This record gives sequence, C-alpha cells and structure tokens, in this order.
Amino acid sequence: MIEVLDAGPQALVQDLGRPGLAAIGVGRSGAADRAALRLGNRLLGNDEGAAGVEILLGGFAARVGRDLLVALTGAPAPATVDGRPVGHHAHVRLRRGQELRLGPPPTGLRTYLCVRGGITVPPVLGSRSTDVLSGIGPEPLEKGAELPVGPEPEEFPPIDFAPVATLPTGLVTLRAISGPHAEHAVDPRALATARWVASGRTDRVGMRLEGAALEVAEGAGSLPSEGLTRGAIQLPPGGEPVVFLADHPVTGGYPVIAVLRDADVDRAAQVRPGQPVRITL
Amino acid sequence: MRVLPYGDAALLLEPEGEIAQVVALADACREAELPGVLDVVPAARAVLLVAEAGSDLGRLRAAVDALEIRSTEAGAPAGTVEIPVVYDGPDLDGVARLTGLDHAEIVAAHTGTPWRVAFGGFAPGFAYLSGGDPRLQVSRREEARTKVPAGSVGLAGEFSGVYPRSSPGGWQLIGRTDAQLWDLDRDPPALLQPGAEVRFVEAS
Repeated sequence: MIEVLDAGPQALVQDLGRPGLAAIGVGRSGAADRAALRLGNRLLGNDEGAAGVEILLGGFAARVGRDLLVALTGAPAPATVDGRPVGHHAHVRLRRGQELRLGPPPTGLRTYLCVRGGITVPPVLGSRSTDVLSGIGPEPLEKGAELPVGPEPEEFPPIDFAPVATLPTGLVTLRAISGPHAEHAVDPRALATARWVASGRTDRVGMRLEGAALEVAEGAGSLPSEGLTRGAIQLPPGGEPVVFLADHPVTGGYPVIAVLRDADVDRAAQVRPGQPVRITL
Repeated sequence: MRVLPYGDAALLLEPEGEIAQVVALADACREAELPGVLDVVPAARAVLLVAEAGSDLGRLRAAVDALEIRSTEAGAPAGTVEIPVVYDGPDLDGVARLTGLDHAEIVAAHTGTPWRVAFGGFAPGFAYLSGGDPRLQVSRREEARTKVPAGSVGLAGEFSGVYPRSSPGGWQLIGRTDAQLWDLDRDPPALLQPGAEVRFVEAS
C-alpha cells in the first residue's frame, strides 16, 4: 500500500488506457507520456501496461506501507527517500514506513512513479486510467489516498538502470505528417515555418500553440464531426493550432491539418507552458 | 471511398454517400477485425481507424480495400431500445418554426420511425442517432446552453440524441426521458450500443 501525503498540483493513476470504446463515446486516455510509463514498468519487471502514478510538476509525497521496489521516469523531478536523494530510471528500494518526496522538475511536466506489482485500484472499463475529460476512472489523488499494490510479477527485473535522453529545456521539435484537412489552412506549410509557444492553456486534453495564427481558408473552418487521435493537430477558427493529447475528445468538428508522429506525442506531453515548439512536416 | 492520411498510426476512410454508408463501413471494419486496429471511430462522414503504433498502414489499407460492405438496410439492428419521452422541451416552438410542423406533428415524426445508433462521441453514452424523419432536420441553436439537464432529448442536423449527463450543449431540445443512458454499474454501461435501433415513444 502507498499512502499519499501530498498530491502536488495533480497526481493521477494511469496505465495505457482503454482502447476500443470510441463507439460509446469513451476515449482511450492513459499515461500522457506512454514511453515513460512503459520504461518504468520494464525496469521493474512489470507488464508494460501496469498502472503507475502520473505526477504533474512534482510536489508529490507518499509513505509506503510495505517494502517496495519503485522507479521514477519522465520529467526529472528531484526525489528523496527519507531526505536522501535518489535517482531516476533506476531501482529505488523503499522500506516499510519510508517517505518518497518529489520536488519540481527542472524540465518536462510529468513524472511517473512505477511500482513493482503495479498500482491495483479497481479498473473501470478495463483500465485504471483517470480520463480528465470524461471523468471516467479513479478520482484524482488527494492527500490521504491509499493505493493498493499488486503482487510482485514472476519475472525478475532485467536491468536496474536505463540511460535516457534528457528532456529539452529550450526549443522542442515535434515531427508531424500532413493531415486529412490541411487545405483548410491557406498555407498549410506555415504550421512548420512558424515559431510556436506552448500556451498556458495546456492539459491532458491538449496543448494549444500560440504564435502567428494560421490563416483559415475562406469557407473552411468547420466540418461534420470526425474521429480524433492522440497527436491530431486541429485548426480552430482562431488559427492557433491545438495538439491533442491523452484525454482528447473522441470526435471533433474542426479540421485536422496535421498529425504528430506517434513516437513524438509522448514528448509533446512533456512540453511546458511557455516553451518554444517547432513542428516539422 | 477515399482513404485520407492521418499520421503514422491511423487511416481516415470517407465513403461515398452519407451517414448510412458510414455506419455500414464501420460495421464492416469491426466485423473484419482489421490487422493492428485498436479502435474504429465512426462519425458524421468518415470512419477513423486507429491502429497500434508501428502498424503497417499499407497492409491495413489493402485489408480495407478488400472489405465487403453490406448496406445498413440489409444488416439487422443490434437490438432495439425503446426510450419513453415527455415532449415538453424548451425548443419545441423553435423546432416548430424551423420545420413548419406543429407540436403534435413533431412528436409524431420523432416517434414514427425507428432511429439507429450511428456513432458515439461528445460524452460517454451519448449516441448520434440517424435515419429518422427527414422533416426533423434542424440547425443547432445559435447559442449553446451552458447547462443541458441529463435526459434531455434533442435534435441537431440529421441527428437526434439524448444527453447522458448534465453538460453544456447546443442541440434543440424537444423533450426529456428518465432512461439512464450511461451507468458504469451496468454491463454494458452505454444503453445505446453501436448499430442498435432506437424507438422513441411518447410517455403518458
């Protein structure tokens, strides 16, 4: 069991989501940075899709009710166990009663706390992910929340440390592919030539890009509703693109002018408000 | 059918025709268990196939080309759901103006022919219902309401729908129902499943 002492700005249980339910209006959700959650689970010998805690901008603290092996991945929030610093992308042994604390990360947004055995709150529609758009899944964590941990997997962790590229503090380049409705922008290439800044209005649903707004073609701008994916870049009438993230709506009515490469969507979920962004096409 | 690019892990399929063709295509995609496809997302004019990362989209496209698509009329509905409605919605007068029908004629049109679940979206358990009486096609309200009560029955474009929970919304509201559209303690939680037939009946 893990007792939450401080949830910080936002702490959510996340696994790899609930795919396949769009027809009843339920999106996939899941870890915003899937690669980070997968890495944490691999380090611990867990199934890649085991649930962990997604921690926004640090500020999280927890006490463990039994000896646990954990790993931190994603945004490099400085971490301590009973005041002693511990590293990321590595095994961290916690003894019963010890406290893990995270400070604010210098780069990135979301840190993942993975636990050998996984967090085993009851799944909802096959997943333990909290979808902040639809409200499906476990409640956001609050001080006092108690998280059950599953039995240790049979597999022994293959490695105890993984070297990982650091998250950039400056310009983030995200690779995209031209989308189904690129012609709704007067100059679709302007998406790639403009310098964008991630807006403060960024959450698990999407990241708005601010900058020289794209000119929306005359008569364009709205469409019959159409399916969306994580990474879809939508052009609302104001011309400032929105990059959809984990908890995107199932369908949307504004044109999708480009779609991020799937591998780059995880990095998009680590871009901080105010950080410069470049899209390549 | 047009196949449009949608990143490196999805394809957007745009069939010729309208919503009935979209529904038939989505049914065929689901039945065919296409390689690598995690979700089939039908909407008003197109079906989005969401595939696993790293899927071979060329192979998926070939599988799509080989699909046998039956017309919706030929496919049996996946069950029929009856929804009792009290027709006292705040937009009845507006719908009457837009359609030229009086209140009784609106009710008769809404209950007179079966609707079909075309696609989901907007909120868990919300179903876009198509195939109803074409005289009921109305635009959305010019100004959306900030709060539409759960159970509100509305019209927008060619669709009818029932709000599963209280939310903002711009549909023209013609009535309300006590039916529970979404209940996580029920299996399945959504009352209206893909392909189901829906009949509205006037509640006494």
